[in-house]
Amino acid sequence: MDDFIAARAQMALSLGFHIIFACIGMMMPFFMAVAHYKWLKTGDITYKNVTKAWSRGVAIFFATGAVSGTVLSFELGLLWPEFMKHAGPIFGMPFSLEGTAFFIEAIALGFYLYGWNRFNKWFHWITGVVVGVSGLASGILVVAANAWMNSPAGFDFVNGQYLNINPITAMFNDAWLSQAIHMILATTVATGFAVAGVHALMILKGKNIIFHTKAFQIAALFAVIGAILQPFSGDFSAKDIAKRQPAKLAAMEAHFKTEERAALIIGGIPDEEKETVRYAVKIPGALSFLAHGDFNKEVTGLDAIAKKDRPPVAIVHYAFQVMVMLGVLMLLIALLYLFILWRKKSWLDKRWLLKLFVAAIPAGFIAVEAGWTVTEVGRQPWIIHGIMRTADAVTPMPGIVYSFYIFTGVYVSLSVIVILLLYRQVKMVGKLYDKS
Amino acid sequence: MIYIVMAYLWASVLLYILMGGADFGAGILEFFSTRKSQERTRTVMYRAIGPIWEANHMWLIIAIVILFVGFPVIYTTMSVYLHIPLTIMLLGIIARGTAFTFRNYDAVKDQLQVVYSKTFMYSSVITPLFLGIIAGSAVSGSINPKATHFADAYIFSWLTPFSLAVGIFTVTICGFLAAIFIIGETKSETDKTRFVKKSKHMSIAALLAAALVFAIAFLEDIPLTHWLFGNAVSVACVALAVASLIWMWVSLFTKQTKLLRVIAGAQVTLLLVAITYEHYPVLINLKDSEGLSLLDNYGSPKTIQSLAVALIAGSIFILPSLFYLLYSFSNKREA
Ligand code: HDD
Ligand code: HEM
Ligand code: HEM
Repeated sequence: MDDFIAARAQMALSLGFHIIFACIGMMMPFFMAVAHYKWLKTGDITYKNVTKAWSRGVAIFFATGAVSGTVLSFELGLLWPEFMKHAGPIFGMPFSLEGTAFFIEAIALGFYLYGWNRFNKWFHWITGVVVGVSGLASGILVVAANAWMNSPAGFDFVNGQYLNINPITAMFNDAWLSQAIHMILATTVATGFAVAGVHALMILKGKNIIFHTKAFQIAALFAVIGAILQPFSGDFSAKDIAKRQPAKLAAMEAHFKTEERAALIIGGIPDEEKETVRYAVKIPGALSFLAHGDFNKEVTGLDAIAKKDRPPVAIVHYAFQVMVMLGVLMLLIALLYLFILWRKKSWLDKRWLLKLFVAAIPAGFIAVEAGWTVTEVGRQPWIIHGIMRTADAVTPMPGIVYSFYIFTGVYVSLSVIVILLLYRQVKMVGKLYDKS
Repeated sequence: MIYIVMAYLWASVLLYILMGGADFGAGILEFFSTRKSQERTRTVMYRAIGPIWEANHMWLIIAIVILFVGFPVIYTTMSVYLHIPLTIMLLGIIARGTAFTFRNYDAVKDQLQVVYSKTFMYSSVITPLFLGIIAGSAVSGSINPKATHFADAYIFSWLTPFSLAVGIFTVTICGFLAAIFIIGETKSETDKTRFVKKSKHMSIAALLAAALVFAIAFLEDIPLTHWLFGNAVSVACVALAVASLIWMWVSLFTKQTKLLRVIAGAQVTLLLVAITYEHYPVLINLKDSEGLSLLDNYGSPKTIQSLAVALIAGSIFILPSLFYLLYSFSNKREA
């Protein structure tokens, strides 16, 4: 592995690791707030137990999210100094606001986790909500920074110089809104399905049914809302990309030839040498419609893009297919669940329904990772779209490969421990909280 | 505007040394406790730092963000030449933060507790050691941007006797701050006495480490004496810090916890003033070339302006709530 690839792999690994904890850190406080609210309103002790059990889980995720985030803020410089030298002052605005958001989050978390029975109960509840709101705010802000890499704004690029910098314009670049909406929904879906699935599993095992049913209902509510909105937001993102980053769109769709009435390619194996896709299902005109809202519009293909400016097609295409496929599956589960709630309440405790949710535990997170792969690999070879190449940004220090191996080891062991800890938390629910 | 940003940078470094330092110190004290008293030390410390530990480390992130947004050349110079110690420090931060939380939130208390504790203790020493090494390398001019060999550019930029000595000094300062801080958090007399003893040991260790730093600076021709005694302000700061040591020892005997905290905080602050005053506005000294000054290396004026506004706006939110957090969980209200 050469150092450049190692640097990219290390960055991808660190981000891919962090995002899981970030998603949970952003969404779980809202789940807790709902359960906590129900406890305060109904006085049903089970809700208090659910809140407490979740908050212990969240503490584990928070710590891991915080350290992996700290690592990232150094890694940007350690791996991509040339990029940070120029980009720092331009896209730094969200990061400086994010600092505030993190701080508030950390403070509110201190209040929340250690504040049981110490404060006015509504003050305590509010601190929990503040944890969620500031987490969400920081998520939106970082995504705005990433959106700037996809859609650079707020400076003039003249003869290799970055002039007339305006960090506010840079923050509100063209891509931030579509990416931020899609990301928030993604955390809702991913966290919702994962948590609902875990509790469904426990119900199936016949353990602490009341406890897990209440927890399941709250998580499933979030999952369902998110899953229904997500495809709309995804379509909004895709239309946006069709305008701003035609190369990324073409790679996502494995669309090699510029044409009118472009076909939507589903599945298949893209062959980058021969510029064709084998074994795919093609729906004529559908791509034109999805990208531009008109079955006959022309869609730019990879042939319009110089070979050296093309992203890797196969990875981006597969990742996109995975995300969309999982999105559709989760949408179907969500619709089914709604239908059952509405018409067939008696199906609610059917084992197959619970099993369906168990099967969907990883789906949201796989979709998140796949979606980021589309965004990030689809931007290649650029680190700042159209301005700076990733290869020009990498650190001059040799030996990054070793650093990549070390971080891989660290992240793998952390993942193992976190899973073990969660397993123990769930297993101990009976002892710690639920007497039923 | 640039001065506001610089002030924030300085303040967040100071607060990180004080609060993050005390936090690291908790692990360092555990490290230097006998097996028997470790358990006790740990419980007292967990109660003291649990609610605030996450906030303590935010200062580092604030400092880093100010650097990369406001002073990208300085940030990237450090990232390139100090890559290795920064990476080790990061690994320390990962190990420490996760071990601390896992230890408390593992639902089953078994053999793994020992692993968490060991990890926590070792990383509590390694992380500030490397923070000190990084700081020592930045000020002492060991970074050589003209280096052509791997070792000159990426190893000897930080692996110098002086940086190591500064690292050791940092570790002792952290332990010292923690011991003083925790005295005020203890309830029983025995615990108090124990941490008073630890404070004494740690302050002696810090003095020895400081002597080591001076000795090496002398041997290596690093103008440390000039930095500390070259101007009136620095001399005054150092003099005050040393003088207050005596006061501190007296207070240690009388166990005046509030006063002790103020003195310890003031000593560290004075030292930071002393060392930065002479360097100002240079943040990084380089080998055989002009140092990197904060005043010459900042990002565009618009960036600095919005950064300053963001920092001020942030403080309005953060400071009151942070004080309330510290106040709420200080030992007084616990009752
Ligand atoms: C639960 C997760 C999830 C689900 C179900 C979907 N997505 Fe997604 N998608 C993401 C999670 C995600 C993400 C991980 O959050 C990304 C990465 C960058 C971003 O802003 O969101 C993303 C990016 C992303 C992009 C690229 C945005 C960019 O590069 O700026 C497009 C075009 C879509 N998505 C489209 C869709 C469509 C049409 C879906 C149909 C069902 C869909 N996504 C479901
Ligand atoms: C957390 C979710 C994210 C994931 C999973 C993710 C994933 C990835 C992946 C897979 C790569 C490697 C691409 C390649 O080299 O082929 C990458 C690169 C990179 N990402 Fe992200 N990314 C995320 C968010 C962000 C954000 C918010 C930023 C904003 C600052 C960012 C900055 C970068 C940089 C600087 C690189 C290296 C340069 C490059 O390869 O273009 N990423 N990321
Ligand atoms: C899309 C990508 C990202 C999202 C949505 C995201 C979101 C979050 C959230 C919600 C947290 C709160 C802690 C937690 O919940 O565990 C967090 C922590 C953190 N993130 Fe990220 N993040 C992303 C990428 C990044 C990147 C690229 C960086 C670095 C430049 C970064 C730096 C940090 C830092 C420093 C923390 C620790 C803050 C603390 O101690 O609370 N994040 N992130």
